Amino acid sequence: MPWEPDTTRPMEPTDVSDPRYYHKVVDCQWACPAHTNVPAYIRLIAQGRYTESYLLNRQSNVFPGVLGRTCDRPCEPACRRGRLEDKPVAICRLKRVAADLRSDITQFLPTAPEVKNGKRIALVGAGPASLTVANDLLPLGYEVTIFEKNHEPGGLMRINIPSFRLPASVLDDECGYIINMGAEMRYGTPVTSLRSLLDEGFDAVFIGSGAPKGKDLEIPGRHDAPAQVHIGIEWLANVHFKHIERIEPRVVIIGVGNTAMDCCRTAKRLGATEVKVVARRGRAHFKASPWELEDAEEEQVEIVENHAPKRIVVENGTIVGMEFDVLEWREDASGRQKSTVVKITVIPCDAIILAIGQENAFPWIERDSGVEFDADGMPIVDRTTHQSTNPKVFFGGDAAWGPQNIIWAVAHGHQAAISIDLACQGRAVTDRPPPGMTLVSVKNGLHSWSYDNDFDPSARQVMRHEELAKRFRDLDCEVELGFTPEQVATEVSRCLNCDIQTHFTAPKCIECDACIDICPTNCLTITTNHSPEHDLRQRLSAPAINLTQEIYLSEALPQTHRVMVKDEDVCLHCGLCAERCPTAAWDMRLFDLIKPAAGAASEHGELVQA
Amino acid sequence: MTSIAKPPVRHPSLRTNALGLTIRDYEGGMSTLCAGCGHDSVTAALVQAAWELALPPHRAAKMSGIGCSSKTTAYFMKQSHGFNSVHGRMPSVTTGAAAANRELTYIGISGDGDSLSIGLGQMAHAIRRNVNMLYVIDNNGVYGLTKGQFSASADIGSKSKRGEPNEQPPIDPVLMALAIGATFVARSFSGDKKQLVPILKAGLSHHGLALIDVISPCVTFNDHDGSTKSYRYTREHDLEVVQADYVPIVAEITLPDSESEVRTVQMHDGSAIRLRTTAPDYDPTDRASAVAHIRACQVRGEIATGLLFVDGESHDMHDRLKTPESALVDLPFSQLCPGAKALDSLMNRYR
Repeated sequence: MPWEPDTTRPMEPTDVSDPRYYHKVVDCQWACPAHTNVPAYIRLIAQGRYTESYLLNRQSNVFPGVLGRTCDRPCEPACRRGRLEDKPVAICRLKRVAADLRSDITQFLPTAPEVKNGKRIALVGAGPASLTVANDLLPLGYEVTIFEKNHEPGGLMRINIPSFRLPASVLDDECGYIINMGAEMRYGTPVTSLRSLLDEGFDAVFIGSGAPKGKDLEIPGRHDAPAQVHIGIEWLANVHFKHIERIEPRVVIIGVGNTAMDCCRTAKRLGATEVKVVARRGRAHFKASPWELEDAEEEQVEIVENHAPKRIVVENGTIVGMEFDVLEWREDASGRQKSTVVKITVIPCDAIILAIGQENAFPWIERDSGVEFDADGMPIVDRTTHQSTNPKVFFGGDAAWGPQNIIWAVAHGHQAAISIDLACQGRAVTDRPPPGMTLVSVKNGLHSWSYDNDFDPSARQVMRHEELAKRFRDLDCEVELGFTPEQVATEVSRCLNCDIQTHFTAPKCIECDACIDICPTNCLTITTNHSPEHDLRQRLSAPAINLTQEIYLSEALPQTHRVMVKDEDVCLHCGLCAERCPTAAWDMRLFDLIKPAAGAASEHGELVQA
Repeated sequence: MTSIAKPPVRHPSLRTNALGLTIRDYEGGMSTLCAGCGHDSVTAALVQAAWELALPPHRAAKMSGIGCSSKTTAYFMKQSHGFNSVHGRMPSVTTGAAAANRELTYIGISGDGDSLSIGLGQMAHAIRRNVNMLYVIDNNGVYGLTKGQFSASADIGSKSKRGEPNEQPPIDPVLMALAIGATFVARSFSGDKKQLVPILKAGLSHHGLALIDVISPCVTFNDHDGSTKSYRYTREHDLEVVQADYVPIVAEITLPDSESEVRTVQMHDGSAIRLRTTAPDYDPTDRASAVAHIRACQVRGEIATGLLFVDGESHDMHDRLKTPESALVDLPFSQLCPGAKALDSLMNRYR
């Protein structure tokens, strides 16, 4: 929710009993769509408790091994460490550490009850969204049937993400944990009619069929040598199924998203020697994650900026090159980027891969099935409940609102499972369980805390990569080797433990200034609360200019009736304020978000027997 | 006291002063005083004052004696010189150091025990000599290091932690300093940095001895009900009679016309202090008026704070002794030590 300051009146005291406040302080967890408890799982890794760390991860993101290699990492740009120095904590790759080093977890997984609750749920597609729904509903006694057009589970995680980034065994394990709870798998069964699916008597249908259609580029020459022009995700799928095992030496990839990165690196492994990724705009506007760009460039892929495709040059029925407008971008008076063509150029090539985006396709949903579509051909789906206009039909993952990434599909799956559970128990899908929290002091004794509060100035650890020659020899050779034990030990200590909250009790404060004097990052101020927030932000020990970060405001202090203000922006959670506080007005408290989950309705003793 | 050192990481928008230093560069080691000790706030105020003045840390000397207060010189300006002397002897050691090298900025930190008991004579004579130094007394009314016995500054009737009242009259360092000719006398409170920092800056710029008595509560032995040097008591009885603004040399001094009570005192180094009194009959440049007013406050049970007296015409020890303009170390050896012949002729003058 956007932060909107009241510009007219002084701030009200902060209500920290609302879980939202402390949740937002944990930047990584707040940014993660599935609200993975990052600091807690990093602490478990630090203690060598990899299995527990993996299980904690799994509660939120279901696929720690997969996501530890492929996640788009919304947590890392949000990481507080990134505001103190250049680089955030390597959260994603630490997740992989927990996954790689865990012991057998099967005994700790939830199991489906013998006696079912009589509700049958159909899931369309065996990708991350559907599997998450199954993961949440199976232990509650639902009978879950998953329809999948391929012969293996995983969806795009399997066929579109190359195995040099995500080994098949990792995916097999994590899909297996869910399927083995008792999901009925119908492989090789593409759903061709929603109506007939509904006619089978399912109590709810969840559509997690992804955005399976790659966009085409209609330019002159596009269809003159069709064998040499590929659509990115289709080509990757064909490589996965071994329908394609070679590619021509000179390859041009159009587009700079993460699919383009997978295409160019796969091409290098299929015999291409000269691979160019061509973008319409400059690097700052690329969709691909920066680390994926780096990995591609490490593999000698050339990134070409500011080139707009014009036509495919075909001679004697074979592609010889692609013609581009070379663009120069300038900001116009209204601040919009406008391009002018500087010159025209031809990049010689033998094959072209189009990786310019994906689209949804629902030819199998009858337009009179009760599911309404908007003008763009997308289903109308409620953003919170994931329910379509047919109350029995729910959407999630890329199928709901177009292509995002795996972690979003997982988040959608959890929310849709809550809705499906509520709907099946005869409750309103809007009657959702609220988030909760626990807040427990971590004080062990005088200046002793149950977490490592000392700041580690180490720099972010660099991931080790397999040598190039070995990578190009074997398509399935995983590039990232994981962190060494030493790297793990260093990287975990970079985490600031933002979930260990600085908790203030105003009536105890004697206004001695000790906390303000000791705070290494000038987060604290005692001042009068006479002006609106935007003015207060300027009056602090260090101006609180990062408006995306909250400022905490206490109740009036006992002696002078001033207020304690804390700017959350660059708090190290080092606990020095609490160590220097003579009256324990400041305390360090472990915040644990209690995430709403499917089953809350049943747990309240309102299980509806069929 | 803390379990870890202050992390070296700092706020990304921390500003630098004229020397290119951030305020963090003026910090020292980690304090081992009790959590909430007023002395740590005085230290923080000193750090801020020195940073704002862009004092070169390597041209300052931190001088102290014995006591909780005297430990604090370790907690700021770690690049500066320092001398931790015998109990109560900080003033004479500083006098000697200042005699030898008049170019350093001397920051003396003492307490009510160090300066008002064992070192009372030392302090008095440093004031009389007008040694060019900042003289801070962290005044908490008790001997904290020896578990809270009353010190010489404890007020009559002030109760110890065990409930016994003090019966001996207190020594007020401010009144004593005024009586023996101090040229810069102030009182402040560790819990009020808005007042304390400008006074410290003015004191550091003063040409002569700047005595600042800082009420600095002992959070462990003297912050209870019945104490007259607790945070609460000081807040309730603090009466700021003179508000001081320190105006650096570069700033243009503009006096508000309507405020007749504003007085500007030009400092030796070209900077200035603007004094705003809250009492109409108070003149912080008039010693007799200052003494009378502070005494009157004392009778009413009020603690007069602010820059209480300043003499812009102050002559320090070197002015009076007509010593060389530079530090002794910079004198040519022939001048510093003119040899046996010169000594003989000097001796002959007394025959």
